[in-house]
Amino acid sequence: MSARTVITGIGVATPNGLGVDGFWAATRVGKNAIGRVTHFDPTPYPSQLAGEISDFVAEDLLPSRLLPQTDRMTRLALVAADCAFKDAGIQPGDIPEFDMGVVTASTAGGFEFGQNELKKLWSQGSEYVSAYQSFAWFYAVNSGQISIRNGMRGPSGVVVSDHAGGLDAIAQARRQIRKGSKLIFSGGFDATDLHLGLGRSDRRGRLSTSSDPDRAYLPFDAAADGYVPGEGGALITLEDEQTARERGAQNIYGEIAGYGSTFDPKPGTGREPGLRRAIEVALADAGVEADQVDVVFADAAGTPQLDREEADASSAVFGPSGVPVTAPKTMTGRLYSGAAPVYVVSAVLAIREGLIPPTTNVELSPEYAIDLVTGQPRPAPVRTALVLARSYGGFNSAVVVRAAD
Amino acid sequence: MHSTLIVARMDLESSAEVGKLFAEFDRSEMPHRMGTRRRQLFAYKGLYFHLQDFDADNGGELIEDAKTDPRFMQISQDLKPFIGAYDRRPGVPRPMRWPPASTTGRLPHEPAARRHEGRRPLMGRRVVITGVGVLAPGGIGAKNFWSLLSEGRTATRAITFFDPSSFRSRVAAEIDFDPQLHGLSPQEIRRMDRAAQFGVVTAREALADSGLDLAGFDPHRTGVTIGSAVGATTGLDDEYRVVSDDGRLDLVDHAYAPQHLYNYFVPSSISAEVAWAVGAEGPATVVSTGCTSGIDSVGHAAELIREGTADVMITGATDAPISPITMACFDAIKATTPRNDDPEHASRPFDGTRNGFVLGEGSAVFVLEELDSARKRGAHIYAEIAGYASRCNAFHMTGLRPDGREMAEAIKVALGEARMNPESVDYINAHGSGTKQNDRHETAAFKLSLGEHAYRTPVSSIKSMVGHSLGAIGSIEIAASVLAMENQVVPPTANLHTPDPECDLDYVPLTAREQRTDAVLTVGSGFGGFQSAMVLARPERSAA
Amino acid sequence: MSEQEFTIEALKQILLESAGADENIDLDGDILDTDFEALGYESLALLETGGRIEREYGISLDDDIFTDHRTPRALVAAVNACIKDTVTA
Repeated sequence: MSARTVITGIGVATPNGLGVDGFWAATRVGKNAIGRVTHFDPTPYPSQLAGEISDFVAEDLLPSRLLPQTDRMTRLALVAADCAFKDAGIQPGDIPEFDMGVVTASTAGGFEFGQNELKKLWSQGSEYVSAYQSFAWFYAVNSGQISIRNGMRGPSGVVVSDHAGGLDAIAQARRQIRKGSKLIFSGGFDATDLHLGLGRSDRRGRLSTSSDPDRAYLPFDAAADGYVPGEGGALITLEDEQTARERGAQNIYGEIAGYGSTFDPKPGTGREPGLRRAIEVALADAGVEADQVDVVFADAAGTPQLDREEADASSAVFGPSGVPVTAPKTMTGRLYSGAAPVYVVSAVLAIREGLIPPTTNVELSPEYAIDLVTGQPRPAPVRTALVLARSYGGFNSAVVVRAAD
Repeated sequence: MHSTLIVARMDLESSAEVGKLFAEFDRSEMPHRMGTRRRQLFAYKGLYFHLQDFDADNGGELIEDAKTDPRFMQISQDLKPFIGAYDRRPGVPRPMRWPPASTTGRLPHEPAARRHEGRRPLMGRRVVITGVGVLAPGGIGAKNFWSLLSEGRTATRAITFFDPSSFRSRVAAEIDFDPQLHGLSPQEIRRMDRAAQFGVVTAREALADSGLDLAGFDPHRTGVTIGSAVGATTGLDDEYRVVSDDGRLDLVDHAYAPQHLYNYFVPSSISAEVAWAVGAEGPATVVSTGCTSGIDSVGHAAELIREGTADVMITGATDAPISPITMACFDAIKATTPRNDDPEHASRPFDGTRNGFVLGEGSAVFVLEELDSARKRGAHIYAEIAGYASRCNAFHMTGLRPDGREMAEAIKVALGEARMNPESVDYINAHGSGTKQNDRHETAAFKLSLGEHAYRTPVSSIKSMVGHSLGAIGSIEIAASVLAMENQVVPPTANLHTPDPECDLDYVPLTAREQRTDAVLTVGSGFGGFQSAMVLARPERSAA
Repeated sequence: MSEQEFTIEALKQILLESAGADENIDLDGDILDTDFEALGYESLALLETGGRIEREYGISLDDDIFTDHRTPRALVAAVNACIKDTVTA
């Protein structure tokens, strides 16, 4: 067995594109997919924008038996898993079922489903609550449903760390590959903030209140004032490189080369946040020096303090403006646990094309000493990419993605 | 002699008032003699103690700053009957179970040396449990928890948290928990869901029990992994009622949302709270694999130490699911027992008359350390996490294959990782939820994985006593397993009077049993189709 | 309250809404005497279906209704018996 864990299949669904081709065609040119919420009437709420997936028809893609028991984010994940399997060129039976597992991330589970059941409970009575409520809401639902639909009986896992969880899941999947599993599905999906207003009830001021889709989510911009939530995510198939090559895998997109994860000091201590350490641990894990990194996919929180922390960490590791930084999630909004897996997909596609997708809408504030790729995509040879994700509460994760050839 | 430390020996039953005093003290402005890097607070059995230098030659009086602070003096007087001290000078015998401060040559207040944080050798690192904290129904603190189990008492009762009259199942295993008594501040109580509060309290207990807070640890090399199946469901249920006006509003009224609603939305806030409480700054996450979360969380943490990502992990699980929405969803699938007329005997794993599980709540958190460094500092070692595995059943979100194949597979892989034969297993701490489907599935899995040895091995389910606290129970069962090892006693399966003929193993009915428990297998099974197994063993026993 | 009759059409409708239908099964075919399991409905689907029937018809079904009545024809008869009992009770 080789030491390298590689990405061999991709299933992606974001507000600006479904499937590898659709997603990349939109992302590479900076197609904005943020708009006014349509899932419900957002008028009563201070924050009214979202990145919504508009062209996803679950009824066309999933068996009707699954629909009554699944939340939207699970449907998205199940379809993405189908796509990833296909993209990996794996047929049922190709890999023994005990050698295939699934590790996903979640932020809020199937909350729309759960909220509907809460409504039934309190407005109609406990006997109106669905038999599916016992799992359709909970955080483990996607790992369970994916393993059942695809006959995977190997290791399972579910991590919940808000945005960073998407990378933590991929790292856990790599662990399972290193321990001998042949194939692990990993990634994350969320459709958290689209839920009938409850997700809009965040009174902590992190959601942008702008009504202009082009001037709402503006990380590293002087006008940064919160983020726009979005729905979607990505699932990838991970395999040991040698196993993948032996089976003649049609796609070997790239390698998950390094991972680091840290937690910030308790607020109020005045000490340095943990992001820099997470980056350093990930680089050391990958055996990569800072100057070998070709692009950083930024967490891009979109609030001045968090943007400052991220810019500082980047400068500390790479030097002021020492590496191209991009935040294509400005096109879709923040996808919670789905965001970082989508970045990993963007990273391998950037490696494949030699093109860094742009940060849209943002005009870089002179405050930040970073080389932010804005406006237009930037052609550049990319062999090593660093993906960052930070979560509410102080979680920092970093993954190094490297060309597989 | 200024290098002696205060340790506490307290009986929870007798010291509620003392706990309040300490909680007050925690919020006071004591001078920090030990630097600001780490809190001086430590906890044991849910009570809080400050760490100060202690003058053993002077009859145990507190010295220097503490002496001059009237508040601390008052507290120390009140506490005198409860506080003991031990002497760290060479040749002085140490009290049992109380590890001394660091033997790595550095005092508690000295910062740890910065170490290389990056790739470390993957082989050879072994992981042990050095601290235990438990909050279980009828068993607040590890000591009371073990009393409950070893005496075979049950903590299931008619639901008191809300009016359950419209529900099919109206029993649960509730904890009488007062967060203030456990030292949580009003702000902590406001921002944390009950599950998070449990997690913080048990984390503090575990850390104090490990003695690691006295020894000092490197926050960057210390991580947190907490398991939870349903996170802050109870908090969300409560808040939803308000913002939707009991479901009258389709679009909720955000003006009624509390400041900390987002904490409830994202269960990772639980790990954040625990990390803050203990001062951990390494990898942190929440593991949420339904009812196997409590095993998977600890298994995940052990892997992080083994691979070199962390040296210490604060890990365990918490759930506080006893709320109308949870009861309603289990009512809908008839998974919980309708035995409402006899709540104390409602949870009957492996009994022929069982008809569903009893929902519970609680938390258990552990301190995990790398074996060599735990030995070096003279830590009390409860058990080695010798092997762990989880498997998907790829079958059904709530159903189990009767053949128990995936659980058997998880058990075999965990035993393999522990390099142990099935014959080494002295005791099986079962999932034993008390549904017919589970009990038979599990029995089949034990036979499939252990062969004939399954018939010779005592198997018991503590859910008969503390109910099924979803994601938390796996960790609570790990706590039960290590306490069984500690006491060389197998806890019983309560309420087991009429065995199910299809469950034909030794389920240790009603009474605890003294016997060798040097290696314990604990298993879990949960919605989503997950099966997990963990092997706990005395380190000397499982040495390869 | 007037006595409602539970029909096979009503059952099909509830099954479809609460559990969908297996792609290989034609619910409009001759299914009256086919086991629910063979129709692709496992325990969870039947629990959801049972809950819907209870609510819509204001009745309370035995826990074992689907173990004792394993086909649409048997279930329809059992539900109608239950409706009758409830109304006359």
